[in-house]
Amino acid sequence: MELSLATRVVAMHTVLEVGGEVDVYTAPKLRERIAELLDSGVTGVVVDLAKVEFMDSTGLGVLVGGLRKARAAGATFGVVCARESLLKIFRITALDQVLPLYPSVDAATAS
Amino acid sequence: MATVRLEFTPEPAHVRTARLVGVAVARRAGVPDDQLDEVRLAIGEACARAVARHQRVGLRDVVAVAFSDGDRYLVQVWDHAGDDAPIADEEQITVDVSASLLQAIVKDLQVRPLDDGPGTEVQMAWQVRRASRLGR
Repeated sequence: MELSLATRVVAMHTVLEVGGEVDVYTAPKLRERIAELLDSGVTGVVVDLAKVEFMDSTGLGVLVGGLRKARAAGATFGVVCARESLLKIFRITALDQVLPLYPSVDAATAS
Repeated sequence: MATVRLEFTPEPAHVRTARLVGVAVARRAGVPDDQLDEVRLAIGEACARAVARHQRVGLRDVVAVAFSDGDRYLVQVWDHAGDDAPIADEEQITVDVSASLLQAIVKDLQVRPLDDGPGTEVQMAWQVRRASRLGR
């Protein structure tokens, strides 16, 4: 399944809903969208992975890059992920210690 | 042993095809269903690694993959890129994360240089739970 991207605003945060597969082919589109949001001056980005069926190391790298870019821009950055198969790769790579992970959009936007 | 071979130009779009084929062959070879997500991820990582290595040095030669069954399910990925290309800082994150993932999810993993020129072979194997149906 191709990558899908959609944005909405929740409690002053821009929520980027990601769906499909985030891999070496599609991850550049996600990187570009996150950069666009941060360049537009939003104060907080929440990347919602609820509809993501597959993610590889390229996708993880994009999320780490997004966190760095958000910090440099003075914005907050969070990732919503409740799917065990994805949480597993965050744990394996120890990126669960780096990326702010939340179980729901409500939890991410309440922070 | 039955083998399915795949060759593709070093484009990211083709990595998904390799994943799909690899998982289909794994399922038929008898890899347990609860390991198929890891097989899919590992094949994707190995193929994306090969594509990135070719692209880094501007090499248009094909990346080759072989999926073989037998006593175990064996996946081999060959690239033909040298190791002298610089890696950008941002890309280094992905390279490191990819290596961590492969080492963690593939118990039987070998990465070695090719004997006959530049390049590497990634070899990964998984146990199968029943006799293969490939080739029947």
